[in-house]
Amino acid sequence: MQGAGVDWAVIQSVAWTLVKIMAVVGPLMLAVAYLTYAERKVIGWMQVRIGPNRVGPFGLLQPIADGLKLLMKEIIIPSGANRGLFVLGPILAIAPALAAWAVIPFTDTLVLANINAGLLYVMAITSMGVYGVIIAGWASNSKYAFLGAMRSAAQIVSYEIAMGFALVGVLMAAQSLNLVDIVRGQSGGIHQWYLWPLFPLFIVYLISGVAETNRAPFDVAEGESEIVAGFHVEYSGMAFAVFFLAEYANMILVAALTTLMFLGGWLAPLPFLNDIPGLGWLLGDGMLWWLLKTAFILFLFLWFRATFPRYRYDQIMRLGWKVFIPITLVWIVLVGAMMQTPLGHLFH
Amino acid sequence: MTYTTAIFYFFAAILVFAGLRVITARNPVHAALYLVLAFFTAAGLWMLLEAEFLAIVLVLVYVGAVMVLFLFVVMMLDINLDKLREGFWNYLPLAGFVSVLLVIEMTLILGGRHFGLEVMGAPGPRPADYSNTKELGRFLYTDYVYAFELAAVILLVAIVAAIALTLRRRKDSKFIDPAEQVKVKRNDRLRIIRMPAAKKPDGGEGRA
Repeated sequence: MQGAGVDWAVIQSVAWTLVKIMAVVGPLMLAVAYLTYAERKVIGWMQVRIGPNRVGPFGLLQPIADGLKLLMKEIIIPSGANRGLFVLGPILAIAPALAAWAVIPFTDTLVLANINAGLLYVMAITSMGVYGVIIAGWASNSKYAFLGAMRSAAQIVSYEIAMGFALVGVLMAAQSLNLVDIVRGQSGGIHQWYLWPLFPLFIVYLISGVAETNRAPFDVAEGESEIVAGFHVEYSGMAFAVFFLAEYANMILVAALTTLMFLGGWLAPLPFLNDIPGLGWLLGDGMLWWLLKTAFILFLFLWFRATFPRYRYDQIMRLGWKVFIPITLVWIVLVGAMMQTPLGHLFH
Repeated sequence: MTYTTAIFYFFAAILVFAGLRVITARNPVHAALYLVLAFFTAAGLWMLLEAEFLAIVLVLVYVGAVMVLFLFVVMMLDINLDKLREGFWNYLPLAGFVSVLLVIEMTLILGGRHFGLEVMGAPGPRPADYSNTKELGRFLYTDYVYAFELAAVILLVAIVAAIALTLRRRKDSKFIDPAEQVKVKRNDRLRIIRMPAAKKPDGGEGRA
């Protein structure tokens, strides 16, 4: 077989990578489906309602039913739309949301690609997500969709700066762009997590994350009361569902990144949990803590949505440019200065 | 042909195609989107040269921010391309002169003794823990610190100048001062006064 010039080693490694990608994307899509269920249930309880409870026990099959319904529906392409770009929009929305997962570590060895510039890669890939929204809004050839796209673009570009500066603080504390090393820098217990020395940056990152994913209270891009549903008003069936998937995949991504950079990733909050005989494998450093912390951040997302009314547009811009960016700049200078003093070990 | 060479030609073909479409596409939004594709492909080529920091920053800054604002503007403008093309033959001599100049400059640098393949060979393979970003940072803040700071100051001047040139204060615009809003206390807006409960004319209550 060698004579045919086929390099079996390459094919094998490509196939193995594909299997690993499936192992990440498959559970992620399932998580997305059940995050929508969790959202409806949690917000339901917060508003003293029951939430979905008809399909399956406790309504547990509701996301499956919703998915099937959307799959069966017709995808309508408006006659005035730009066909090619109209179809490209949802694809460009979901591709970055999935591609960013390539460098997210689940434990210190369980990561698809452990690259040195992991943090930069995540920032670059997530910054591409806005194209899906802009292209969808423009290609729909509809005023509401276009207004939604414009709002979304301005908002995402503004909050990306604050988000990037918050990550600069993490990079300074960890002295590495590698996500695995960033988590390792936080080992030693809950007091070592970057949450404490970088507390203002943590808050800025968390709120910017909500704004970046166009979630309530920053969801002016789809403001139902003024512009119906914003950029995806002309989409139906699976094309609409893909936007939905992208939004929730992005939420999980932001939650996972917050966990990795500020909450110690897969590390157990108390180091002695590793030494419990018999249960150390479960309660010690491992995927369980990663999942718990990410789920907690996701719960915050849902809680925000149930609690806060939508921001006014000029207030969103003011918060991003005039509040968050100055906070991050001041804190970065402060961290940099503190690292040169004898107190530097507190900031790592 | 090795795997890397195949990837290079694949990326190069896309890059040339996207670049051509930027100047030939009739719809300005399509042209801008092809420019995005060109940037992204160029980032892929830089990655092949092991300049991963530059490649990722190209995507982050140009694709993620600059082109978004570009699209933002292009989508809102009502550009009539036929009108833009009217002056084509008038501008051709000047444009031709500039492009010939550019080609000469590029051959001087790329073909010369100082930057040729013999001097600047392809980078050798690095170990997996080699951090391009760290090395770049070290060089920028040690060997090239004056040049780097100078460039930063020039950029700052450009930013300030751009804002100073375009900023105009409108006297007639209404705006809200959030600080004033936050400062408001209940007593500034609301006055609770004590009033005696009035009796109904026929005396007594709830007997209707």
